[in-house]
Amino acid sequence: MEVFLVSTLNGLVYGMLLFMLASGLTLIFSMMGVLNFAHASIYMLGAYFAYDISRTLGFWSALVLAPALCFLVGAVVEMYGLRRVHRNGHIAELLFTFGIAFIIEKAVQMIWGLLPVPYRVPAVLDLPLFTIYGTNFHAYRGFMLLISVLMFVAIWLGLTRTRIGMVIQAALTHPEMASALGHNVPRIFTLVFASGAALAGLAGVIGGNYFVTEPSMAYTMGPIVFVVVVFGGLGSLAGCFIASLFMGLVQTYAVVIDYSLADLLTSAGVAINTASPWAEILTVPIPRIGALLPFLLLILILLFRPRGLLGTRDT
Amino acid sequence: MSTQTSGAGIGGLVTGGAGVALRRNALWLICLAIALVMPWLFFDFTTGRHSGFVVSMLSQMGLMIVLAMSFNMLMGQAGLLSFGHAVFFGFGGYCTAHALNAIKAETMWLPVELVPLVGGAGGLVFALVLGYPATKQRATAFAMITLAIGELVTACALMFKLFFGGEGGVSTDRMIDTSLFGFSYSQSIQVYYLVVAWTVIAVALMWLQTQTPLGRMANACRDNFERAQFVGYDPRRVRYWQFALSGFFAGIGGALYALVYEIVTFDTLAAPMSGNALLMAYIGGAGGFFGPVLGAILVVLLQSGVSLLSSAWLVYVGVLFIIMVMFAPGGMIGLIGAHKPIARIGRLRALMVPYARMLVPALLALLGFVLLVEFATFMTIGAAQGKKFKLFAGELDPATALPWLIAGGALVLGGLWLRREARAFRVVWDGLMAEAKARGAAA
Repeated sequence: MEVFLVSTLNGLVYGMLLFMLASGLTLIFSMMGVLNFAHASIYMLGAYFAYDISRTLGFWSALVLAPALCFLVGAVVEMYGLRRVHRNGHIAELLFTFGIAFIIEKAVQMIWGLLPVPYRVPAVLDLPLFTIYGTNFHAYRGFMLLISVLMFVAIWLGLTRTRIGMVIQAALTHPEMASALGHNVPRIFTLVFASGAALAGLAGVIGGNYFVTEPSMAYTMGPIVFVVVVFGGLGSLAGCFIASLFMGLVQTYAVVIDYSLADLLTSAGVAINTASPWAEILTVPIPRIGALLPFLLLILILLFRPRGLLGTRDT
Repeated sequence: MSTQTSGAGIGGLVTGGAGVALRRNALWLICLAIALVMPWLFFDFTTGRHSGFVVSMLSQMGLMIVLAMSFNMLMGQAGLLSFGHAVFFGFGGYCTAHALNAIKAETMWLPVELVPLVGGAGGLVFALVLGYPATKQRATAFAMITLAIGELVTACALMFKLFFGGEGGVSTDRMIDTSLFGFSYSQSIQVYYLVVAWTVIAVALMWLQTQTPLGRMANACRDNFERAQFVGYDPRRVRYWQFALSGFFAGIGGALYALVYEIVTFDTLAAPMSGNALLMAYIGGAGGFFGPVLGAILVVLLQSGVSLLSSAWLVYVGVLFIIMVMFAPGGMIGLIGAHKPIARIGRLRALMVPYARMLVPALLALLGFVLLVEFATFMTIGAAQGKKFKLFAGELDPATALPWLIAGGALVLGGLWLRREARAFRVVWDGLMAEAKARGAAA
């Protein structure tokens, strides 16, 4: 029970972080049809920017400045790159973002080195918030949860209560119609792309010191965010939210269940030793399979329900 | 994506007479001749030995050509963007390594020359299995499924040590003395010629495949899959078989890898290798059959040549890729092909001056960019190794601002100047194209 409760809290924190990344990606993917490979790279950039800024100006300025920088990066990439490539079709756009992700990874290695940088949790938040069943719940996790909930509310209000949000919603489902009604759809694209980048950057700021800030962090996060977006369904922020929490919880639970198929069979009365056929597969513990789970899910969803959980269109 | 080039090629061997065939295949034969002669240009007569570096680089080119071309069977021919193509390359390599070990242990017998077929068969079987779910979808969904498959297989390769050998991989020995021609394959030059032979066979087979109904239907499904459906073909089956065959050829490439390096690790099937295949095929040009060959040669040259001088060679490949995606979606082969109408009216010479005028600012911008990249890598990686930054015999200290300013200035100035010259070039180009069009209409 106690493991379950602690894991649920951790899973929520992770899931909300995923949502911050995935919400931007799902908006970009649904509106522009671009599967943005560089999204997780912007997340990484956010963490590195925050590391540099927090060394001189402190964590709190980094919390504002790093996402702002990511916003700029996103705007430049969209206006000077993606818009140009757009003419050559979706595959070219996909390849363009793939190339950007590649270059960002190499640039980060060049500028900050190959090893993880010591980007740490600010001292103010580096203390236990409360204790459940003898396990400390870290204050920083509470802070992460707070920020992501605030962001969630902000996105939701922005999309449903503001004029620009209404236009974005319209452009999500009927881009040609929104453009025909006189809205500047390319500018909305830039805005959405840059805001998505800023959100990813913010996720990087608060996630970079929770996990590790290293050049491979984009690569480990990227595919999981894809899974969330596809699982949630195109054009659906609600689906994206559910999928983020689901993925966060599943991955956290998978880490704590230290069993393998062999254990299950043993308890069912079938003994497995190293000599049995398939022993290697059967003795793999669940936490290791947990890392594969997102990819398995991705394949299964794309095969059997390409429109995802709450999506309106096929991927 | 541009249309498939057809006409001149190996197909001439089948249709035309001897003289015609020779002329039609001149390009291919020249390439083959260069490939055969190349190692001897770097032959060291004082020691009587081949340059090991050159031979290993050429061998790598051969197997990368096979990988890039098999990748292009999907991207270029069928319009399927795969992010997990290296899976079949690596699996073919593992199968070959195990086959070589089995032959050595005398549990099976096969001439070394035919061992790549084992890799091909491995790749084919693997592609038949994994292709079944993957080819159910197309376009972006296909790309994502292959991405996931790539990740899954890589993770499994690290998990199951029995077949994949974990992180250490599977080592093998190519000197198994079962050669049909009595070679021992103890020298890398012998292996090189085996690689050349198999590269030629694989490329020829892939060319012939483009002429088959399956190859043609793959083109049709790429261009308009709904119409292909109306004609009565099932696009999914076309995708499936195209996928399986491309897995076969990737497996052959992996087998050559196993023969050249005598060790196969999980890197061969991981995402960076898949990315490599994509980069090579795209930089060379996915539209033409010949494109990936150019791309593979260029990328391996960059990898072997530049990586000696700079640890940032992947940055250059990445930037080259981005520039290609943005300005030349047809790749290098597309750039060359764009000159055809002008060459036909014999006015290529008119482009010489505009090209020369673009070259100067382009070199300036390139210099600025390279310096910036090198300074940055030096600051993070080089300085830690205690190196000094040497340039033209003088010593520079990248920790000061001046070198950075000069490099940045060169990049910006060169870029702006290049933009101006590019506009002038555009005017000349458009004029020539209009002329070519008018002449074409008149003739």
